[in-house]
Amino acid sequence: MQELTTTRHNDLVDPVLHIWGWEIPVYLFIGGLVAGIMIISGYFALKGQYKKNVFSSFYLPHISLILLSLGMFSLFLDLEHKLYVWRLYTTFKIASPMSWGAWILILVYPALWLNTLIRIPDRFKDVIPIFDRLSNRINQHPFLIKSIGTLNMLLGTLLGMYTGVLLSSIGARPLWNSAMLWMLFLVSGLSSAAAFVHLITSDRYERQLLAKADNAFLTLELFVIGGFISGLLTSTAVHIEAAHLILTGPFAASFWVFVITAGIIIPLVIQLLAVNNKVKHTPVAPIMVISGGLILRFVIVYAGQFSHYAHQALSK
Amino acid sequence: MARFGMVIDTAKCVGCMDCVVACKTENEVPEGFNRDWIVQDVTGSFPTLHMEIRSERCNHCDNPPCVYCCPTGASHVHDLGGVVLVDHNVCIGCKACLASCPYDARFIHPEGYADKCTFCIHRVEKGMDPACVSVCPTRCMYFGDVDDPNSVVSKLLASRKYHSLIPEAGTKPQIFFLA
Amino acid sequence: MKISAATISLAAAGCALKSGTSSLGTKEKRKGIQKIPTYCDICFWKCGAIAYVKDGELWKIEGNPDDPLSRGRLCPRGTGGIGAHTDPDRLRTPLIRKRNRGEEVWQEVTWDEALGYIAERMQKIKSEYGPEAVALFSHGIGGNFLKHTMKAFGTPNISAPSFAQCRGPRDVGFRLTFGEDVSSPERTDIGNARCLVLIGSHLGENMHNTQVQEFADAIENGASIIVVDPRFSVAASKATWYLPIKPGTDLALLLAWMNVIVKENLYDKEYVTKHGFGFEQFAAELLPYSPEWAYTETGIEPDVIRETAREMARYKPATLVHPGRHVTWYGDDAQRSRAIALLNALLGSWGRKGGFYYPVSMDVPAYPYPTYPKPAKEKVDNPNHKYPFAHETITTGIREATLTGQPYPVKGWFVYATNLIHALPNEEETIKAIQALDLLVVVDVIPSEIAGWADVVLPESVYLERHDDLNVEWFRKPFTAIRQPVVDSPHDQKPNWWIAKELAGKLGLSSYFPWSDIEEYFKHRLSAAGLDYDELKKKGIIRGKKQPNYFEEGVPAEFPTPSGKIEFYSLQLQKAGFDPVPKYTKPDPNPSGSFRLLYGRAPVHSFSRTHSNRILSDMMSENEVWVNSSIAARLGLQNAQYVTLKNQDGIVSNKVKVKVTERIRPDCVYLVHGFGHTSKGLKHAFRKGASDAQLISRYKTDPLMGGTGMNNNFVTIEPAEA
Repeated sequence: MQELTTTRHNDLVDPVLHIWGWEIPVYLFIGGLVAGIMIISGYFALKGQYKKNVFSSFYLPHISLILLSLGMFSLFLDLEHKLYVWRLYTTFKIASPMSWGAWILILVYPALWLNTLIRIPDRFKDVIPIFDRLSNRINQHPFLIKSIGTLNMLLGTLLGMYTGVLLSSIGARPLWNSAMLWMLFLVSGLSSAAAFVHLITSDRYERQLLAKADNAFLTLELFVIGGFISGLLTSTAVHIEAAHLILTGPFAASFWVFVITAGIIIPLVIQLLAVNNKVKHTPVAPIMVISGGLILRFVIVYAGQFSHYAHQALSK
Repeated sequence: MARFGMVIDTAKCVGCMDCVVACKTENEVPEGFNRDWIVQDVTGSFPTLHMEIRSERCNHCDNPPCVYCCPTGASHVHDLGGVVLVDHNVCIGCKACLASCPYDARFIHPEGYADKCTFCIHRVEKGMDPACVSVCPTRCMYFGDVDDPNSVVSKLLASRKYHSLIPEAGTKPQIFFLA
Repeated sequence: MKISAATISLAAAGCALKSGTSSLGTKEKRKGIQKIPTYCDICFWKCGAIAYVKDGELWKIEGNPDDPLSRGRLCPRGTGGIGAHTDPDRLRTPLIRKRNRGEEVWQEVTWDEALGYIAERMQKIKSEYGPEAVALFSHGIGGNFLKHTMKAFGTPNISAPSFAQCRGPRDVGFRLTFGEDVSSPERTDIGNARCLVLIGSHLGENMHNTQVQEFADAIENGASIIVVDPRFSVAASKATWYLPIKPGTDLALLLAWMNVIVKENLYDKEYVTKHGFGFEQFAAELLPYSPEWAYTETGIEPDVIRETAREMARYKPATLVHPGRHVTWYGDDAQRSRAIALLNALLGSWGRKGGFYYPVSMDVPAYPYPTYPKPAKEKVDNPNHKYPFAHETITTGIREATLTGQPYPVKGWFVYATNLIHALPNEEETIKAIQALDLLVVVDVIPSEIAGWADVVLPESVYLERHDDLNVEWFRKPFTAIRQPVVDSPHDQKPNWWIAKELAGKLGLSSYFPWSDIEEYFKHRLSAAGLDYDELKKKGIIRGKKQPNYFEEGVPAEFPTPSGKIEFYSLQLQKAGFDPVPKYTKPDPNPSGSFRLLYGRAPVHSFSRTHSNRILSDMMSENEVWVNSSIAARLGLQNAQYVTLKNQDGIVSNKVKVKVTERIRPDCVYLVHGFGHTSKGLKHAFRKGASDAQLISRYKTDPLMGGTGMNNNFVTIEPAEA
């Protein structure tokens, strides 16, 4: 029998780490969503299919600028020393995924903005003349459109990956310490983005296409989660303990019910039936996918903070 | 190059918390926060029991994940002795360092920056020991250059059984507990 | 109108400034760091300290390297002493109660009003009942000047709870054996002991600085440590032998140890022959106390008893059986302490290295005051010498007289720096006694529970803000220490010497305070001793010449007992009708389903007086009730759950956290003393943890000396309502 007591009682750290609240999972979700959006719309730009997939290509980039700003604001809210936030941009720390992220986010804005210039929506034409001129110039050179597409795909992938790399580099929290975490966040972001288009677009072709894409992403996501869990279960004692937090422990209900069942499996089945015209396309499935993506982030962030090496029981 | 570390003799430590109070007053640590703390590790069943008492703090690791993860460079290794410090005016309070420390040695100061034990570098630079080491009434704490084979700390490590905390985390902590 | 308003506010500001300064003048906020030596007052050990002031504010306190007691390192309470100065809940001004006693509704008054009120009441009591009807309860060196005023007033009833509620029994037990007290600080040579036996003494949690430091020395020197305790204390974790004794049976173990040592001829024959009286009769009395018999009482295996006895003998005379400090446990405490003294005598440790040294002091003459008036009546605490061996005043005896009016009425209590509600057993009796008084004055630094019951509360400056009497210490090495102000008092608090002097003035006793301020008093005494006041102010400590501490160094082996020798057999006890050699009595059994309540110390707190200190309460803000894991499992208790404790008389404690642990026997529970504050003024400490003192309604009085054994209460545990 072991009794371990400590006199330490630090805010945010004891009895278990609870430094990151809703701000971080919300940002991770939005970041993943925007990353997925950038990859999808960038892909269409690259493949010259932007005229076909109107919503993806012409509205998503604009929405992304707003979404990303909301996400970054959420991130800003989490900082404890807000007045010094500019310090992020006085240096680049190659070993710090957060430093990578700070700079990636800066680069994402111009990439998204360039994407919006491919086709300015009618109601915004003639509002800012220089934008119109740039848009015309871009449309004259298909190579530029392709480059913008590639740029968005690249930065979108980095954006979707780096948060997973960030958490996985925190070895002190064994649940996060998996090389598959960046894959999980990336594929989840892609799935959320595809569901987002599926949910909102009025174009039937686009809806069908993105629903099919989402099905592929959801299936892939199941395999990635499987790999993530099995990797933990075959690692050290603390990693096995961490995996059990979400498999059988305090986070199991959220994980199995809201992430796996309601967030992936049920919508996957519905969407498979929908793309095979067995049922109509409704908002139900994509909303479940998006909710599942958000809850996945919450579960990972909260359960991860709970996972630890040495267990210290708070006594005083 | 000096490498500072601490050796703590758990045989003599009574867990009186003098080290915690001295640190608090020396460094004006705000009420409710601890840069160091006492752990009682009890095994066995009554009356055949064993208890190890440890005064714990930041381990000023040789492989410090809290330094690598910092996006602004606020968390850094000092020129002298390998001491890990936080530059308050560069810290943005993102808490990545709190997450990356397997010892949970850091906290967020009420003013917003990440804070922890500094090995009382302001005292060490003047040739004094850290406040906790200087106050300990059982004289069970030793501070010095672990790279110098003639230092008190090195000699203790050479002659007694010791352990450090969570070695499997690969952080290479520089605080050693004599059995 | 405007001008007059400004004048008024200026005048008010001026008054506020004036009342906030010490009578010695304001200390301006100087830049930089000053180091001012003093001695600590968080407990009574009086460790030499150096307080650091940075830019006019108190920064930190360290030990004075010249101080033999602290050897330059303070305990955690001393290190946290600045919290006493900055405590926002401190008493600020003199108070007179506006309503009934205990309601804690006050009128703030000036010192003049407060002291005038007190003097008037004291004179009234004197005229009606005689000056003997005023009693002083005091703790610590800060009480010296008040004792002086009281003696000048003419009362013999001056007491400290430390006798009948703490160390009294062991001093009596040792006096009956060796003729001398154990002293404070204890004359225990722990650092040189090669075998150290601790019975209930939990050094390390009990933070007597010098003793803990020496304990660490003993550990480093590889001393064999034997710990006897129902709880696996920190000291037990350092022990070579841990004996988990059944509570209340220590005397059986001691007798069995002595039985083995005598039977196997392991005692120091030369020492016993040379210095002992009555050894043969003593040895004969030990015959029935075999280890097999002791096992049935204590639960300690006979082999273990034999092995540990032999171990003690192996290292004699450097074997120290520690007499403990707070030993008012079961009502037979003086005899149990005598048994400890006898065991030490068998091992030859008294007056020898590693055992008990002879403390020495410098010769600093007392101030030449006029003779005190001789009281017309004897002390009220021990009528007809009912407790024949009480050589100090019995606090609970004064309380008894206050309640009954016998042998004569006590109508006024003056209380200095001791929270009687937490110090005396049976709170109800204390409150009843208070209600019978015409006057209750409390001098304290925080609004303690006893202050809540007062008619007049006088706020004292904390030690960092005041001068106190010179500490001419009795210790291994002789020295004299000064306590002097480091910072100003923040409000209208005053030092005890000023209070005592001003009160004396109002009582017409100024002739007893012929010096105008305390520095004049210091200079007089120090120059009479050939010491320099300025040197003492600067260094904090002046060391005296080395004097011998052991017989081998030249201390004469003289024992102020009736026989002039170490009394193995005590004729004076026999004559008084007591056992000349201690006899064992069984402790009361636990009532069914209940647990014996044991209590003790934490290293970050002193008595009940540090819980408002923000630094120390940050270290430990509440106590916990230690419950054995198997008991907790049976009762369905979880660790850190809140419960209440109910004692045999139906008294229910404040809710307290449970510590489920293997570190305690299943038949008892344990609380750190001093928590569960109920005083409204202690906003931070209010209702944190549970008060052991509140649950100590039953006590057994030691027939030899009136000590109150307090380990006789039993509690049941109930989950607390949310």
